[in-house]
Amino acid sequence: MTEHLVTQFDTDLNEIRSKLLEMGGKVEKMIHDSMKALVERNTELAESTIEYDHEINRLEVEIDELCLEALVQRQPAARDLRFITMAMKIDTDLERIGDKCRNIAKRARELNELPPLKPYIDLPQMADLAAAMVNDALTAFVRWDDQLAYTVCHRDDEVNLLNEQIQGELLTFMIKDPGTITRAIKINAIARHLERIADHATNVAEMVIFMVKGKDVRHLGIDPK
Amino acid sequence: MNSKLKLDQLNIHFGAAQAVKNVSLDFPANTVTAIIGPSGCGKSTVLRSINRMHDLTPSARVTGRVLLDDADIYDRKVDPVAVRRRIGMVFQKANPFPAMTIYDNVISGYKLNGRVKKAEMDEIVESSLKRVALWDEVKDRLKTSAMALSGGQQQRLCIARTVAVQPEVILMDEPCSALDPIATLKIEELIDELKEQYTVVIVTHNMQQAARVSDFTAFLYLGELIEFDVTKKIFTNPAKSQTEDYITGRFG
Amino acid sequence: MITYALRRRLTNHLMTILMVGAALAVMAPLGIIFVHILKMGASSLSMDFFTQIPKPTGESGGGMANGLAGSALMIGLASCFGLPIGILGAVYLTEFGGTRFATAIRFSADVLAGIPSIITGMVAYTLLVVPMKGFSALAGAVALALIMIPIVLRTTEEQLKMVPGTLREASLALGVPFWRTSLKVTLVSARSGIITGVLLSIARIAGETAPLLFTALGNQFWSRKLTEPMAAIPLQIFNFAISPYEDWHRLAWAGALVLVVIMFTLNLTARYFGRNRH
Repeated sequence: MTEHLVTQFDTDLNEIRSKLLEMGGKVEKMIHDSMKALVERNTELAESTIEYDHEINRLEVEIDELCLEALVQRQPAARDLRFITMAMKIDTDLERIGDKCRNIAKRARELNELPPLKPYIDLPQMADLAAAMVNDALTAFVRWDDQLAYTVCHRDDEVNLLNEQIQGELLTFMIKDPGTITRAIKINAIARHLERIADHATNVAEMVIFMVKGKDVRHLGIDPK
Repeated sequence: MNSKLKLDQLNIHFGAAQAVKNVSLDFPANTVTAIIGPSGCGKSTVLRSINRMHDLTPSARVTGRVLLDDADIYDRKVDPVAVRRRIGMVFQKANPFPAMTIYDNVISGYKLNGRVKKAEMDEIVESSLKRVALWDEVKDRLKTSAMALSGGQQQRLCIARTVAVQPEVILMDEPCSALDPIATLKIEELIDELKEQYTVVIVTHNMQQAARVSDFTAFLYLGELIEFDVTKKIFTNPAKSQTEDYITGRFG
Repeated sequence: MITYALRRRLTNHLMTILMVGAALAVMAPLGIIFVHILKMGASSLSMDFFTQIPKPTGESGGGMANGLAGSALMIGLASCFGLPIGILGAVYLTEFGGTRFATAIRFSADVLAGIPSIITGMVAYTLLVVPMKGFSALAGAVALALIMIPIVLRTTEEQLKMVPGTLREASLALGVPFWRTSLKVTLVSARSGIITGVLLSIARIAGETAPLLFTALGNQFWSRKLTEPMAAIPLQIFNFAISPYEDWHRLAWAGALVLVVIMFTLNLTARYFGRNRH
């Protein structure tokens, strides 16, 4: 794509883009760290992850400001308009992912105080899947790659499946031994958070598709082309 | 939607230079269509062909058809004067008749044609000025010179003068380019109201204005029609890369 | 440095003095003429001047009433011939100015404006006086009209050209036919400028003497017929000034004063209309 006549506009758009990437990278780190804090029973890491959410919130505010400024100054149209408005929506989703990670870290902190219920196997797998979805959605955003965005949307089903699996497993624990209920509920919450993270990643991917194609694919059932 | 006005394979030459190339466009009735494009793309030239203004330029040659209600206004049997009574025009710079009062300006379309009944004049003047939301501002000084009005008021007066003769189509050639933002907004609001009764075609340099006031947008570049679509589509997701480059400020 | 500054100041003063001098040199003749005519003419000016016709030689008193009336009549008649031709010709030139014919008209008007007025008088003499077998007011008016036409034509054309094209377009866009637009919009918009041109052309012909010598000839008495010789102020001034009688000299001065005042008024009025333009 050729440059704008006003090169400052290109600079502004690039800044929004790199800030969003930075935010995405930090969100991914939070997903991994919160999971690590849980699996390795590392309360210190859980604490620092909870703190880290401020970074994400700060970036959201900064990106929104940059977008508003660009809207006011440049009155963008077409792809620029779609890029900026979608950037404003994407950063909201990323911020929500940050909140979920914060909640996961809080639950991890609590679980670390209790004896382990069972080794965590499905949860880290779920977290890896969700983190990869976030990563790919942002890559699709930066590269204007709608095909990659479509794959992200499709992967949401895998995460949902894992979530259901974990819930069933936890239910058996609780029925067998009511003493596990406290821990099972917390673990269940973590699984639900991860599922929500994947949903947010899907939202981001849908926005990328709109940004690239100018076509709204939300609430339609995803279908490439 | 039935089209009020239709351009069919319109070509316009000035001497040897071709200003407009094979433009075909449909203007549906009671809509606002914006024509955008960089300077010199032929947008004003297209607009002026619609009420045969090029007849006055000896070097201009218009070929193709301009259909108003399916009748070609360039047909040999058609009188350009009759065409212009049905297709009014508002110009870039407000051009009230300087030697006339506000009242006379509004009624000028009748007076200059020498066909006006005294009794009807007051009514036409009042309704036309109300139509453009100028009545309250000037009703106490109808008999004073039109030149004392502000730029925005003068432009609204010119629109009142145009609607007074009850045309079917109103052409606007960058009607706000000489106005301040507030006066511009007033005219834009007016354009939105005008489409209830008239079919409006507006040429504008201001893309935000096109996005605000029009239902359809045509993008012209180097005399050719690049894209014509619903305005929202043009400004959020144009089909042609040239349109995209122009409206996003990548050339111009 | 000081010498340079000094020289610059001296040059400055010198140039200022020269320019003021030049300006005075322009105004001085007008002042001298006006003062002189006022001095010579005012004493001879009385009500009689405006009411009486010249007395026969030897008798004192008398006026130039017949001359005033004759001038007014011939100027009016010349305007009737000259103004429509000049103004409509100018409309033609502005609306269809691109053609070779229009260029020819413009060139002819410029040449006509440059022709000495005595020659115009001779033309009117050949065209009207000879076939009609006698000097006449009509021939005088035609000669004056011939002088008037190029002036009115060119000034009007200049004024019409200054009317913005957008006004013409505004009118046409209202469905007003071309010819109505020319007459009712373009011409009307330029009217103050055109009035200026018309007044200046009247001022010009009011003082013309030479073309009347061969045409209206002059008349010592009242004359009401256009086919007969008629008096005119410039003619009377001319005739009386070259006469040997002191009394007639005084009448000539009074006539000159009246003529100058009329010219002055016409010019001022013309300026007023000229300034009033938007």
